[in-house]
Amino acid sequence: MLTVATGNKAVAAAVKEAKPAVVAAYPITPQTEIVEQIAEYVTAGEMDARYIPVESEHSAMTACIGASITGVRTFTATSSHGLLYMHEMLHWAAGARLPIVMANVNRALGPGWNVWAEHTDAFSQRDTGWLQFFVSTVQEAYDTTLMAFRIAEDTGILLPVMVNLDGFVLSHIMQSLETVEIGDYIPPMVLPHKIDTENPTGYGTLTGPNDHFKFRWEIERAMRHSPSVIRDAEEEFAKRFGRKYGPTDEYLCDDADILIVSMGTLGKEAEVAVDILRKEGVKAGSMRIRWFRPFPELDIRDRDLVVLDRGYSFGFGGVLTDSIKSRYRDASIFSVVAGLGGQEVTYDDIAEFVRNRRMNEEYWFGVDA
Amino acid sequence: MAEIPKEEYLEKCTTACAGCTSSLSLRYVLKAAGPDTVLVVPACCTSILQGIYPNTAFNIPVYNIAFAAAAACASGMSEAFASMGKKTNVIVYAGDGGTVDIGIQALSGALERGTDFLYICYDNEAYGNTGMQRSGATPMGARTTTTPGGKTDAKKDLDRIVAAHNIPYQATATPAYPKDLYEKVKTALATPGPSFIHILAPCPPGWRIASDMSVTVGKLAVKTGSWVLWERKYGELRISSPSKGAMKKRAPLRDYLSVQGRFKGISDSAVNELEQAIEKNLAQLAKEEAGEC
Repeated sequence: MLTVATGNKAVAAAVKEAKPAVVAAYPITPQTEIVEQIAEYVTAGEMDARYIPVESEHSAMTACIGASITGVRTFTATSSHGLLYMHEMLHWAAGARLPIVMANVNRALGPGWNVWAEHTDAFSQRDTGWLQFFVSTVQEAYDTTLMAFRIAEDTGILLPVMVNLDGFVLSHIMQSLETVEIGDYIPPMVLPHKIDTENPTGYGTLTGPNDHFKFRWEIERAMRHSPSVIRDAEEEFAKRFGRKYGPTDEYLCDDADILIVSMGTLGKEAEVAVDILRKEGVKAGSMRIRWFRPFPELDIRDRDLVVLDRGYSFGFGGVLTDSIKSRYRDASIFSVVAGLGGQEVTYDDIAEFVRNRRMNEEYWFGVDA
Repeated sequence: MAEIPKEEYLEKCTTACAGCTSSLSLRYVLKAAGPDTVLVVPACCTSILQGIYPNTAFNIPVYNIAFAAAAACASGMSEAFASMGKKTNVIVYAGDGGTVDIGIQALSGALERGTDFLYICYDNEAYGNTGMQRSGATPMGARTTTTPGGKTDAKKDLDRIVAAHNIPYQATATPAYPKDLYEKVKTALATPGPSFIHILAPCPPGWRIASDMSVTVGKLAVKTGSWVLWERKYGELRISSPSKGAMKKRAPLRDYLSVQGRFKGISDSAVNELEQAIEKNLAQLAKEEAGEC
């Protein structure tokens, strides 16, 4: 069905279609509309889920863990400080191999209070064992949320999945949305290690170094296997519903000499910047990264990269820049730190980054001369 | 009164300390609960006495969860079982640190939301698993590894905090009176919605008592009024019979304190404050039972 929705409403609509048994959530700006909409669906009887209005994000993730281990589908959503408050339990969810799906509406961290888009919240959870996707449109937020359930619950994965959408510039803007009837695209959830009182066992019992090490390796093994499962989910989605997705969203990359590499909504601005630059005779392309973990293989083939980073690792560098550098050591990168705390970054600004690029240097937009 | 069943859900030869009353309590709790039960355990002594993976000392499922998280985990589990139409008992078994300190927010939330579960706090009045550091439940005057001169603050009044949530069933117990404990767990599990039981669990190494003294010390706690056994069903308080007797003729507080190494050298003023707290508590409970407040 064709409709119009905000990014948040699109996520809620996807969750309704995925039919989780339990949703536990705590409100935080700019995620609120997701949990309000789900509460409305549940109250109106449009969604047959148990809605747990927990007293904190730590408890939101924990309640999802407690529900998920019984073998039922679960969902939560958060932002910013909420995500950080969950941090301990994000490790727990992945370590316990629970296919929880979460929407994270990317927002800066205080102090001072700033409710606008930034990726530091998600980047801070990079090493928790969650798969992370970054989306750029209302439609992609909807589609990726649906795919997330299928990917997380794949018995070769059984890891939690986070769908990231930029606060306000995506969560609160309206775009057209084509909803789907999901059918058997997401099969019933089968959790091999679910709690069974007929077959009692211990979960998370005291574990010695050798077994602990094996469990960590099992997480990484699932991560390494995940690209094939994600690709399969994306291909099957395209087959059934007609919309194609991949590890990156590439615009005029094939013949490009310069790639603008970004995540989230900046990627859509970058496409307009590419059009402007092409008119000037600059062979630019846009490569928007959709999968952050697992981090995908990138076709950068000796081209210059202008990497836009909406999050930073103090004392080291832009987080996306560093992920690319650590995989492609010889990559030629102009690292642009831009858009922190909702800083406005237009396609004209991005075109200007490309024109004034200083390879192998870092530039803080709006701060550096 | 029904006999306590012979079935065991906590196996023998665990890694619990000799004379451990938290594991003794748990034996009775599980006998009352039966096999269709999931135990949720935050970081505490019970995390350790399960044994090392892949072994477990329990023959019911035990879900270990982070320190602050037990009640929230049980919330999710209880709702999930309800969504499947299952009647499985969800019981949190948490120490005092995991309840009165780091876990109190999650506990308060779960109680307020009417979660259908039983939360049991076994209270050995310190962080036992990490080597007896003070907790909010440590009584005044008790020496712990972080209060080497004796604690200067009073024990946090957990039961009145829980009572403020107006839950359907709340009780206190101690395994020195096992039938009382068993019956209270039965009642709690038969009551829909949240139930809470606070168990005093004397701890031989922490309280510096001989391992064959933990039951005796539990009885002394009740006889001196330091620990009062009661239950409150839908707001109606009934003081349990062992404490009824103690309220008529109370044993001297010094009898309870002097057998415990942790109170060695306790000041007269601290003893006086403990005594006053006991008198105030007993008076309040008596009034409430009589319907005078």
